[in-house]
Amino acid sequence: MTTATVRTAPKRSRSGSRTRSLARRLFMLFALPIILVALWWFGSAGSTNYLNPPLSTIMAEFWPTWFGGDSFADTRFAQDVLPSVVRMLTGYGIALVFGIALGVLIGTNRSLRAFLEPVLEFFRAIPPPVLVPVFMLFMGIGPEMRIAVITIGCLWPVLLNTVEGVRGLDPVLKDTTRAYRIHGWRRLFKFVLPGASPQIITGARQSLSIGIILMVISEMFAGKDGLGFMIVQFQRSFAIPQMWGGVILLGLLGVVLSLIFRVITDAVLKWYYGYLQSQRGGS
Amino acid sequence: MSDPAVGAVLLEVGGLGKTYTGRGEPVEAIADLSFTVNAGEFVCVVGPSGAGKTTLLRCLAGLLPPSKGELILAGTPITEPPAGMAVVLQEYGRSLFPWLTVAENVALPLKEKRVPAARRRELVSDCLTAVSLGDDGGKYPWQLSGGMQQRVAIARAIAYEPQVLLMDEPFAAVDAQTRFELEDLVRSLWKRLGVTVVFVTHDIDESIYLAERVLVLSGRPTVLLEDVAVDLGEDRDQLATRADPEFARLRTHVYELVQAAKRGARSIQEAHLSH
Amino acid sequence: MTTPRRGRSTASPGLPSWVLGAAGVATLLILLELLPLLGIVDPRFLPPVSQMFAALVTNASTPEFWVALAQTVTTWFLGLAISVVAGVVIGVIIGNSPFLREFTASTIEFLRPVPSVALIPVAVLLLGTGMASTLLLVIYAAFWQVLIQVLAGVQDVDPIASDTARSYRFRTVTRMRAVVWPTTLPYAMTGLRLAASVALILTVTGELLISGDGIGGALAVARESGAIASMYSYVIVAGTLGVLVNVLARWVEQRTLFWHPSVRLELVA
Repeated sequence: MTTATVRTAPKRSRSGSRTRSLARRLFMLFALPIILVALWWFGSAGSTNYLNPPLSTIMAEFWPTWFGGDSFADTRFAQDVLPSVVRMLTGYGIALVFGIALGVLIGTNRSLRAFLEPVLEFFRAIPPPVLVPVFMLFMGIGPEMRIAVITIGCLWPVLLNTVEGVRGLDPVLKDTTRAYRIHGWRRLFKFVLPGASPQIITGARQSLSIGIILMVISEMFAGKDGLGFMIVQFQRSFAIPQMWGGVILLGLLGVVLSLIFRVITDAVLKWYYGYLQSQRGGS
Repeated sequence: MSDPAVGAVLLEVGGLGKTYTGRGEPVEAIADLSFTVNAGEFVCVVGPSGAGKTTLLRCLAGLLPPSKGELILAGTPITEPPAGMAVVLQEYGRSLFPWLTVAENVALPLKEKRVPAARRRELVSDCLTAVSLGDDGGKYPWQLSGGMQQRVAIARAIAYEPQVLLMDEPFAAVDAQTRFELEDLVRSLWKRLGVTVVFVTHDIDESIYLAERVLVLSGRPTVLLEDVAVDLGEDRDQLATRADPEFARLRTHVYELVQAAKRGARSIQEAHLSH
Repeated sequence: MTTPRRGRSTASPGLPSWVLGAAGVATLLILLELLPLLGIVDPRFLPPVSQMFAALVTNASTPEFWVALAQTVTTWFLGLAISVVAGVVIGVIIGNSPFLREFTASTIEFLRPVPSVALIPVAVLLLGTGMASTLLLVIYAAFWQVLIQVLAGVQDVDPIASDTARSYRFRTVTRMRAVVWPTTLPYAMTGLRLAASVALILTVTGELLISGDGIGGALAVARESGAIASMYSYVIVAGTLGVLVNVLARWVEQRTLFWHPSVRLELVA
């Protein structure tokens, strides 16, 4: 995510110009998306190509496909989508905990880091999708396999970025911490983790993308349920509008998760953005 | 650790030597330094660039192990950062935690020292007020100017209630105007709190203005050139004291020593002073 | 917060880094050899590493291996090149116009986090199961990496320098070259590095799930036919490719930026 907030000068009090400015903001926010959606809608409206159904049809099928059923628990959403997401978040969470813990350990210890660095760099370089067939060998195609794959795939960016973050802690701050005899847990939670947090969060962001990719791949490749699996099923049985609906849902999922991630990390990194601003000579 | 009475020896440096080994040739930064500091004294350390002033300070702070010699604080050898010692560094911006507010920064060493919460709040508030930042406790360090950040570092140091305050060229990166204010601040805090101060600087005027004794170091490998007594009285003032003829005499003396040190002099005799 | 890493020598004695690193690799290889041999891990699922390397050697002596490798590298390179060019061009255009920047902001923020794997069925239906589908995936994923970085780079242009250039009435092209490009370049390099890595991931994904060719495809085939050691040999190949891509990207970054002070801060992206 960018630190790109648009530098527009706030307009002064007159309510007329405030409404104008609000209207302008809304326009900017929605204009292009609406244009694109409209293009899709009208571009596909008269389509007889079954591969490219009218957007209206896709939308019509969307709700019943995913949310139809006697109760919420019966819906495909509850039965396929939610478990997928829960699995993904579980694997992601485990990866975060272990990645940060190990990363701090390795980052602090010079010899350990030198020892492990080539090995870790190699494992990190293995494209995560490759892990799916490998893990299928060990664990079949059940939910354990998927969580395991996601955990291992998400581990590397977090781990390596944590190591980098710990390594790059300001030596002046490190000396200050030593001089004031700050050790142990306090040092970890008040110095090491906050100091490395921008880097850790970079890793967590990359891991989130990988987690989503692995969630979908493990289900498309080797699934018997889940969002990815449903999409592939629809595709294979030529239920094209439903398939498109699934694709849109998956896209929305990515967006929502990203948004939540952003909200959380912006709060955690509020001090960092302020700090960066002051470094750049304006605050 | 015992709390010696004012005037008793607090800090002893005996035959201190430090050689840096690393890739390439070993570098002898400090050859042999010996001096003592009494409790409650204000001592400045000057010398040419590269004279190992910072090395000396880091050894005193327990951050750097000496290659030879001994460092003793109140009868206990210094092997790691001792309790009872607070450090203020030159890079004030980088010595404050940017994710903590000013008040939290000042409080952090106190939490580690297990000072009870009420006393801690009191110390933080008093010390911030003492450095004229009483209303800024809730701000973040990067929201403050350079001079204010250095005040926070000073507040943090004195809130720690140390026996010894070490300062490593703390005002080198601050503008001249602010520097005078901070110098007076440090002296007033020193008088009020009775803390022992070891102040490293490259600014000769500053060293004479602040100190009761000025230790002049030679160039690398460093030895002590002279321990200059500064008798300019208890109360000092930026204008009056600096206009005092004794100030000028001392300044010339120290200046010549430092110049001689740059030329390689390793004792007062070698310095061939003009007077 | 992190500072640029200084190359000062550590005072602590000890083995030099490369010795420790080599020891690490050696330890890993020994573990991977012993664990299956001692039966701690089922050798059907994790054959000894010597068998993996033996399979690798066998595979490497077949032309199919090199064809597959060439396919993977080609897809990766093509996808990366297209996304970098598109990302830089579009990024600079959008970045230089405050109106465009604001106009596209919400769309970019929305489309960016859409996982490229969501496009797999779309790609298959529209473009079939050949290289084109995989390429679509790769370009989609890598493009965003480049775009975001370039946008940040253009925004980072020192407004004083930019105004100076404008007040001297530099032609747009000159201003681009003298002011915008030097600031944007480091960001573009970061984008290149991130995109290169992502491109490889998606290339392999596409091969696994869509086209079945390239290294990814060979891996899947090996698994399905029960040639487990061979499958692992492809894992090694994929990992090595990944390492090479990272090394190459960093090398390009160093070479283009050797003159540039590392003042840029990588985005928390």
